[in-house]
Amino acid sequence: PEHTSVFLSNLYSFSFKKKKKQPTATLTVQLTLACVSAPQLFYSFFKSLVGKDVVVELKNDLSICGTLHSVDQYLNIKLTDISVTDPEKYPHMLSVKNCFIRGSVVRYVQLPADEVDTQLLQDAARKEAMQQKQ
Amino acid sequence: HQQLFEKHLVLLRDGRTLIGYLRSIDQFANLVFHQTVERIHVGKKFGDIPRGIFIVRGENVVLLGEIDMDKPCDTVLQQVSIEEILEEQRLQQQAKQETEKVKMQVLKDRGLSIPKADNLDEY
Repeated sequence: PEHTSVFLSNLYSFSFKKKKKQPTATLTVQLTLACVSAPQLFYSFFKSLVGKDVVVELKNDLSICGTLHSVDQYLNIKLTDISVTDPEKYPHMLSVKNCFIRGSVVRYVQLPADEVDTQLLQDAARKEAMQQKQ
Repeated sequence: HQQLFEKHLVLLRDGRTLIGYLRSIDQFANLVFHQTVERIHVGKKFGDIPRGIFIVRGENVVLLGEIDMDKPCDTVLQQVSIEEILEEQRLQQQAKQETEKVKMQVLKDRGLSIPKADNLDEY
């Protein structure tokens, strides 16, 4: 895959596709750790992204592009107007417009870079990590 | 509820695709499917095996989608008999196992091994 990432298999990890630049490994690890120590953080983060177009890459290597309709506390995702991004070697999805994706099977959620304030997110994650330590 | 009368498609962790009428869903994504059909895809061909009533434990669900009747889907796909699709699947699995074997050997020679994603514990 073209994005740099630390492969922490059963944790959620997020990569930001900033045109051609790669996210730093430290940012990815920080955010991944924040997901465990501050589960509400990412729930709130995703709630703020409802209505935006995202690409969800699943652990079975399927990538789905769609509009984020809703998210829940388990980070289950509902997408509307979906299309399978990669070559349609997954023909079963042809007649599906909306879908529910179980949070536990998500590998990545690709977001448009201009929708995310990386600095803010990093600070929030760091703050949560500090709180956890105490 | 509107959702309970549309045909749904579910992708399972073991790679299977089930299509049927969704009769119930809960917070764990446990599902009850009515008039279930297991659809097997190989290349451009597919086959449907009737399965009756299915109860799916939520942890096995990858994705659940609503089938939109208006969206045309028969354009590229060709439906074949159950025997044919099972045979195609067997051949596909065989070919895949061969390449996996070669890949594993190459990795082993370099002292590496990659765990398979579907066996990992639930978060």
